[in-house]
Amino acid sequence: MLTSRAVCRKLAPLIRTSSTVCRQNVRRAGLNNARIPACVPAAHMSTGPLGGGGDNLKYALLVGAAFVGGITYAVITLKGDQRRYETRLSEISTRRQRSATPVQTEPPAVEATTTEAVSEPKLEAAPSPEEPRPPPEVAAAPSETSPQPPADSTPAPPQLPSHAPYLLIGGGTASFAAARSIRARDPGAKVLIVTDEPDLPYMRPPLSKELWFSDDPSVTETLRFKQWNGKERSIYFQPPSFYIDPEHLTGAENGGVAVLVNKKVVHMDVRGNKVKLDDGTEISYEKCLIATGGVPRNLQVIERAGEEVMKRTSLFRKIEDFKSLENVSRKAESITIIGGGFLGSELACALGRKAAESGLEVVQMFPEKGNMGKVLPEYLSNWTTEKVKKEGVKVITEALVKSVSYRDDKLEIQLKDGRLVKTDHIVAAVGLEPNVDLAKSAGLEVDSDFGGYRVNAELQARSNIWVAGDAACFYDIRLGRRRVEHHDHAVVSGRLAGENMTGASKPYWHQSMFWSDLGPDVGYEAIGIVDSSLPTVGVFAKATAKDTPKAATEKSGTGIRSESETEDTAASPVASAAPAPAVENKDEYGKGVIFYLRDKVVVGIILWNVFNRMPIARKIIKDGEEHADLNEVAKLFNIHED
Amino acid sequence: MGYCEAEDDRIIFVTKEDHEAPSKAELIADDPNDPYEEQGLILPNGDINWNCPCLGGMASGPCGSQFKEAFSCFHYSKEEVKGSECIDHFSSMQECMQKYPDLYPQEEENASQTESSSVPGSDNSAMLSENDSSPSAALDSVSPTDNQTLSSS
Repeated sequence: MLTSRAVCRKLAPLIRTSSTVCRQNVRRAGLNNARIPACVPAAHMSTGPLGGGGDNLKYALLVGAAFVGGITYAVITLKGDQRRYETRLSEISTRRQRSATPVQTEPPAVEATTTEAVSEPKLEAAPSPEEPRPPPEVAAAPSETSPQPPADSTPAPPQLPSHAPYLLIGGGTASFAAARSIRARDPGAKVLIVTDEPDLPYMRPPLSKELWFSDDPSVTETLRFKQWNGKERSIYFQPPSFYIDPEHLTGAENGGVAVLVNKKVVHMDVRGNKVKLDDGTEISYEKCLIATGGVPRNLQVIERAGEEVMKRTSLFRKIEDFKSLENVSRKAESITIIGGGFLGSELACALGRKAAESGLEVVQMFPEKGNMGKVLPEYLSNWTTEKVKKEGVKVITEALVKSVSYRDDKLEIQLKDGRLVKTDHIVAAVGLEPNVDLAKSAGLEVDSDFGGYRVNAELQARSNIWVAGDAACFYDIRLGRRRVEHHDHAVVSGRLAGENMTGASKPYWHQSMFWSDLGPDVGYEAIGIVDSSLPTVGVFAKATAKDTPKAATEKSGTGIRSESETEDTAASPVASAAPAPAVENKDEYGKGVIFYLRDKVVVGIILWNVFNRMPIARKIIKDGEEHADLNEVAKLFNIHED
Repeated sequence: MGYCEAEDDRIIFVTKEDHEAPSKAELIADDPNDPYEEQGLILPNGDINWNCPCLGGMASGPCGSQFKEAFSCFHYSKEEVKGSECIDHFSSMQECMQKYPDLYPQEEENASQTESSSVPGSDNSAMLSENDSSPSAALDSVSPTDNQTLSSS
C-alpha cells in the first residue's frame, strides 16, 4: 500500500508542471482542481490591456500568491487525507481482529479497494484525490460491513457469503443434480444452494410411495425407505456431512456445496448479477440456476369454502406434507383424494394399503373416466382403475366438485351430478403451479402455454442464468417445447444445467423417463410425450400360454391388421373377429409396450410391466423415424422375456 | 383443459412365436462420438468423465479432489500392476473418506480402488438416472435398477 508520503512525492512534480502549464495554457486537460480559477484570471490578465512594469510586478505577485496558495491547499488536503486514510485502515484492521469467523477474503478486498483508491491520485492533481478516494472506500465499507457483525462485544453471527460463483436458487432435485455436476466438472467449485424449505435436498417420489410401505413406525422421523433391491436409504440425497457451512464456503480450499435453508430469494437483479433474500441479504453470483420447482394447485371451490374446510384440506409436495398426512391417516375415518393423476393415484394406493389394517376409508375422485385418464389410453386407464379399486380405494370417476362444506364435523363434497361424498379430510392433488416469482424482478420470460420460465434447448434463460426442473419450459429439439414435472427430468435437466454452467453447450438430448407403481400388479416406465389424446398402438404379450378361443381370434388378428382397417374403429380396440371387447379380459394387459404417435412418429413409449428396456425406448424416440409396422418395433423389446 | 377422448387406440396381442422372427424395424446407427449424448465413464478421447452418473457423488463430495487424483493416477497408469504407483493417492483418499463415515461407508473402501467402482456411491448415487445412459462396463451391477433405483428409487 502506498503511503501518503509516496503519493506526495509522486504528486509534487505533477503539481509543479501543472502550475507552470497553467500559467502558459488554461485549457490543460485533467486539471479539475481549485487552481484553474486561479489560473484563468492570470491568463486573461496576460492578454489584457494592462501594460507597464508596475503592472508586470503586480501580475507576478498575483500569480505567485495563487501558486503558493494552491500548493498550501494541496498539502493540507493531502495531510488530512493521510490522517483519514490511516484512521480508516486501523479501524478496519481492528474490526477484522474482532470478527469471530475467519474471512480470508476480507483483507484482499480491503487491499484491493484501497490500492484502487490510492492509484487514482497519480492521474490527477493534488486536491482531487480526496474525491475519488473516499467514494471507493465508502463503497467498500458497506460491502464489508454488511456481512460483518455490527457490535464488537457480542459474538459475531454466522456470516452469509456475499458472493457465490455458482448460485442455485431452490433446493430440490434439479438443484442438487446441478450442484453435483458443477462440482464434478469444475474442481474446487463453490456452490451455494438457497432454499426456502427447512430441509436439505431430498427426493420426492418416496413421499407418495415407498415411505408409506415402510414397517418402521418412526418412518416420519427417519424418512428412510427400502429400495427395490432391499437396501435401505434416506430420502435425503446426501447426509449433512456432505455439505459445508455457508459461512465457510468462500474460504473453502477445495470449494464445496453449501445449503442456505429457510431463506427465500425475493428479488433478482440480472444486470447487476445479484439476488436479494427475504432477510435483506444480497448475494452476487457469476452463474445462477433457477430451480424453484412449483407449488401444488388447489381447487377454487375449496379455497372459497371457508376456514373449516381449508383446515381439513391438505396439498402434497414436501416432507411436512407427508408427515401431516401420515398423522391424519392415523386419526381420520375417511380421507378423500381429489385428482386422478400420478400423485393422486399413488397416494390413493398407498393409503388404501394402510387402510387394510386400520379400517380407514379411502376415496379418490376425479373428472376423468379412469385413473391416469390423461396419460393412459382408455382401455389401460380402465384396467388401472380396477387395480386401484382392488387396493381398497373407493374410486369415483367423472366427478366434478361443485362445492365443499363443513357440517356435523364432516366435510361434505357436493358433485355436479348430484352425488354427495362425506369425508373427514381432503387431499388435493390437482396439479402443480410452476414457481416463476422471480420472473418480474429478473425480467425473465414466462411461457404462456406450459407455464414456467422459457429457456432455450440448452436450458438458458439469459447468458448466465439457467433454469431446470419443474419450473423450466425448455425446447426439446426432438419433441418440441415442453415442460416436464417428473423426478428423472429434474435429475437430467439439473445435470445438464450444471454441465452448461461449467462451459458445456449441450442441448437437452438424453430423454428423461418416469415411472409409476400402483400396487403390486401395475408397474410401468415411460418416456417422452405420453398424452392420452395422442393416437396409441399397444402391443401386449399374451398373459397365459393357454389357447382360448378368444386367444385364437386375437392371434389371427395379429400382424394382419393394417392401418386403414383400424382407422375406422375409433374407441373399440379389438379386431372385428372378437365378439367381446378386450377390456373385459383384465388379464390381457399384463405386459406390453404402448407407442404414442404424433404425425406417425413415435414420441412417447410406455413399458407396461416390462423392465430394463428403457434404452431401447429412448433410442426409438431419439431416432424420430416413421415406422410402418409398430409390431416390428415392439419386437425389439422382447416383451415375452423377463 | 378438458379431458379429450382418445382419437385412436390400437391394440395388438402377440404370442412368443409372433415375436420370434427378428425385427424388421430399422434403427439409425449411433455415433459413439456424438457430443450431445450422455457419455460413460471414459470419454471418447480417453479422459475420465467425472460427471458420469456411475460415479455417484465420488467426484463431487468433500473427498472429490483426492478421489480424482487417485483415480486419474490409476487410469493413466502404465505399470504392470495397474495403479501400483498410486498408493499414496489412494491412501490420502482413504484418509479423507474416513473423516466422513456416513458419506463413505467403510465397507465400500475396497470398491473405490477398482476402475469399475461406481457402486460405492450406489446408495448416494441412486438418485441419478444413471444406468440407462452409461455404456461403461462398470454399470452392470447398478443398472438393472434403472428407474426403480434411480431416484427414489
